[in-house]
Amino acid sequence: MTLKSEDIRNIAHLARLHIDEDAIDDYVDDLSNILSLVDQMNQVDSSSVAPLSNPLDATQRLRADEVTETNQRDKFQQIAPDVADGFYRVPKVIE
Amino acid sequence: MSDWESVIGLEIHAQLATVSKIFSGASTAFGADPNTQACAVDLGMPGVLPVLNREAVSMAIRFGVAIDAEIDRHSVFARKNYFYPDLPKGYQISQFELPIVGKGHISVSPGEGEHKEIGITRAHLEEDAGKSIHDQFPEQTGIDLNRAGTPLLEIVSEPDMRSAKEAVAYARKIHSLVRYLEICDGNMQEGSFRCDANVSVRRKGEQELGTRAELKNINSFRFLERAINFEIERQIDLIDDGGRVVQETRLYDAERDETRSMRSKEEANDYRYFPDPDLLPVTVSDEDIAQIRAGLPELPEQKKQRYIDELKLSDYNAELLTGNRDTALFFEATLAESPELSAQLVNWILGDLAGALNKAGLEISDSPIKPTMLTQLVARIADNTISGKIAKEVFDAMWQGEGSADDVIEARGLKQITDSGAIETLIDEVIAANPEQVEQFRAGKEKVLGFFVGQVMKQSQGKANPGQVNAILRDKLK
Amino acid sequence: MTRSVIEICEGLATGEFSSVEITQDYLARIAQHNPALNCFISVTGELALEQARQADTVRAAGNAGALTGVPIAHKDLFCTDGVRTSCGSRILDNFIAPYDATVIEQFNQGGTVMLGKTNMDEFAMGSSNENSYYGSVANPWNLKHVPGGSSGGSAAAVAAGLAPAATGTDTGGSIRQPAAFCGVTGIKPTYGRVSRYGMVAFASSLDQGGPFARSAEDCALLLQTMAKFDPRDSTSSEQAVPDYSAGLGQGIEGLKIGLPKEYFADGLDSRIAGVIETAIDELRKLGAEIKEISLPNTGLSIPTYYVVAMAECSSNLSRFDGVRFGHRCENPVDLEDLYKRSRGEGFGAEVKRRILIGTYALSAGYYDAYYLKAQQLRRMIKDDFQSAFDSVDLILGPTTPEVAFEIGAKTDDPVSMYLQDIYTISLNLAGLPGMSLPVGFVDGLPVGMQLIGNYFDEAGLLAAAHSYQQVSDWHLQTPGLTS
Repeated sequence: MTLKSEDIRNIAHLARLHIDEDAIDDYVDDLSNILSLVDQMNQVDSSSVAPLSNPLDATQRLRADEVTETNQRDKFQQIAPDVADGFYRVPKVIE
Repeated sequence: MSDWESVIGLEIHAQLATVSKIFSGASTAFGADPNTQACAVDLGMPGVLPVLNREAVSMAIRFGVAIDAEIDRHSVFARKNYFYPDLPKGYQISQFELPIVGKGHISVSPGEGEHKEIGITRAHLEEDAGKSIHDQFPEQTGIDLNRAGTPLLEIVSEPDMRSAKEAVAYARKIHSLVRYLEICDGNMQEGSFRCDANVSVRRKGEQELGTRAELKNINSFRFLERAINFEIERQIDLIDDGGRVVQETRLYDAERDETRSMRSKEEANDYRYFPDPDLLPVTVSDEDIAQIRAGLPELPEQKKQRYIDELKLSDYNAELLTGNRDTALFFEATLAESPELSAQLVNWILGDLAGALNKAGLEISDSPIKPTMLTQLVARIADNTISGKIAKEVFDAMWQGEGSADDVIEARGLKQITDSGAIETLIDEVIAANPEQVEQFRAGKEKVLGFFVGQVMKQSQGKANPGQVNAILRDKLK
Repeated sequence: MTRSVIEICEGLATGEFSSVEITQDYLARIAQHNPALNCFISVTGELALEQARQADTVRAAGNAGALTGVPIAHKDLFCTDGVRTSCGSRILDNFIAPYDATVIEQFNQGGTVMLGKTNMDEFAMGSSNENSYYGSVANPWNLKHVPGGSSGGSAAAVAAGLAPAATGTDTGGSIRQPAAFCGVTGIKPTYGRVSRYGMVAFASSLDQGGPFARSAEDCALLLQTMAKFDPRDSTSSEQAVPDYSAGLGQGIEGLKIGLPKEYFADGLDSRIAGVIETAIDELRKLGAEIKEISLPNTGLSIPTYYVVAMAECSSNLSRFDGVRFGHRCENPVDLEDLYKRSRGEGFGAEVKRRILIGTYALSAGYYDAYYLKAQQLRRMIKDDFQSAFDSVDLILGPTTPEVAFEIGAKTDDPVSMYLQDIYTISLNLAGLPGMSLPVGFVDGLPVGMQLIGNYFDEAGLLAAAHSYQQVSDWHLQTPGLTS
């Protein structure tokens, strides 16, 4: 599997990652190499195997519907880059 | 126009009425100061993990059982990945391939005597996002994550509706159902119950679906109807003018009564769904389902049947009363004290009260006339304290806030005159003043009796008991 | 200064030294050697002394627990309330965690003293500790070589005697491989044994925390504190936790140990093979029954692992967006710019590579070919182990195909770096417990032997390692650091 520079730009956009234009070629090489490694998976026919998403065959535990959390806004917002009047702030979003 | 057919499907997001969030122990109460109900899990702090709320699962199953749907014994949560500032983790925990509620159906009546079966594709659990506030700061958007993590049940219909009217009937039916089930407060203004509509048009007889637009930002049934109607016309005009409908999300603008394209979300989404590795499959046993089924409250269809069987109401009236849980609750509250007056109470609720509420744009739960007030009013007609005509005046006064029926009757002196002596005096006066009509009656012109009754009622300002007036008049005119 | 945890516990119990004194010793040693080794991202001296004073008070009152007053280092991936938790990343360089991870809470309740937060590959992505925003860590046995990764700082700190024990996390070998490279003992428990709450996620279905120490005996003591059911982690196991220390003496007489032939095939340094053979002979002498087994899908574990790990990490790392915490770029012109530059500046090269591959693997049209396929192979790999455990009690092999390589030797070739994980990653895919213990040297660098146990058989692993350590002294060797 070989990627093109356009693929890198598209994925980088999906992942909201800024990538320098002059680094794109390196990413093309590195990611293509990784994908060739990954393509080894196709050596095996696994079509009849049920996918395993979690190593334990456990099922979800459920918690009681109770309020256990208290307001910790001040503590949480101390580490935020931009807050005002209790809001987190980002550059204006136009809808 | 008439050779077009519209095809509508609805995606309804109902906020589940749990006290805590779907994956955290933070409160779901509405209206708190920004970010005071967003805990570390809701904020997507590094290292935090979700744990599923039992009640949210149980509420979803309650809905599934009520629409006769298949409940998946093994449902899975998946991550829907996209970046948006009110989505703290960069993904929404939702359900994709294996939703908890599978195919179901519900019967709706878009008009008197009409019935239509609407298919429900699925209903799945997911977490709500926070809110972006655009008017708080001049240069920035403010983010409030109190709502983030509130449990939602997303109810997806089949594209079975053919008009805005049908879509509204379906939305109302679901709204009523979730309130009957007590799984959602149904408050559309606060966003507890939100409708997105997928609308497309095609020429009648065509089998393939047209390209659809998704309408968002609709916060009342009225706007739902308007938005769909606007969109249907827009699409037909567009095609008639040689254009093509593009698949997109459109925002309904209630002020301008139009839908417009949401440019910011135009970009093709690739949500990269995959099973959330922080959560395990949710298993539901037959016993769980049986237990939930046994605990279901009386549902609208059952209630309706009971009204028909036990109270002998007509199919139509029973449907109207049970269509909205609040109306049914109102009716049952009035009935509690005077079950023998059910027929009269139904007439008042579906007649004068419904009319007044409609005119004022109020929901029955906000009615200034409370159930006990209406019961008293009807009881006063039954015990001959007032006539039906006077009752309308009392009703209006109660609506204006002048107190209970008895208060109004007392204050305005509307008590019916049942003292036969007083009525005789009135009648004597009327007979004396109209000798010509007396002659006519005695000559066999029966119709003249009506004239006398009217005159007596007028003299009594409507308060004389009409039955007594009639009897005494006949006696005196002999 | 190579005291074991057990020795420190004894010293504290007999009053030979106080917690404050032993903590001061370690802090002094860190001050002396950390500049060359770079094991710590943060040294929390003041907090450590305060905790030590408290521990001494608790002990004086007669309320000391097993680990009260014992100094310990924590991987900088565990959230520590009020203390920077960087994950080795620029994006969290300014992140003061607002809460404690469950593991940290458990150690705090046990009265341990935190010396500091250890260096690591950024977000635990790496096998050499070279992917840290805070610079690479030197292997105490040869400063030109890597300590392994991702928990390189923890392993090197224990090896160099800068801490008697440390926590780590293991997603594909991140405890076992650096333990092998640095000549210390480390255990990755069964998935679900140790809470992941507050342990910043790399790949949620693979991550598992565990301890590093000088011996299996010490690891047993530490794991006792870490292993616990946690209602805040949906994947945490409710299975009862046995008394690991009490189980150490069970011996290995009659124990059936399987050697996967795939673990001794091409790619393994023959000198490492020789060292492992010698260790196997020791186990045989102790009464273990050794037999060859096969794990046929071993070769597939690397591609499978990387797809699963990268897909999960691409999603797990989306929360680092410059909105609520962490690095935000200067003067973002709009939201898009804020996201892209904050993340572009905040993440290092390897993290970016993995996010990109993971994003690609999950994107429309590729999900089935990559992610779904990997999940199918994951089951096949798990099934291999399960059938192996039908006939053996433990599985044994090398931890790594090579000893610690030189810093910079593999940085240009991510794939060759990934191949280092061949023996360790399949356990994470299967969720099985494994540990690495030192069994010799090649070129003056430690060789690690890996023991793999059945689900929740940490006690069996620790007992087998302990038996070996009773008759060997590799775990007692220390690197010749100046002074």
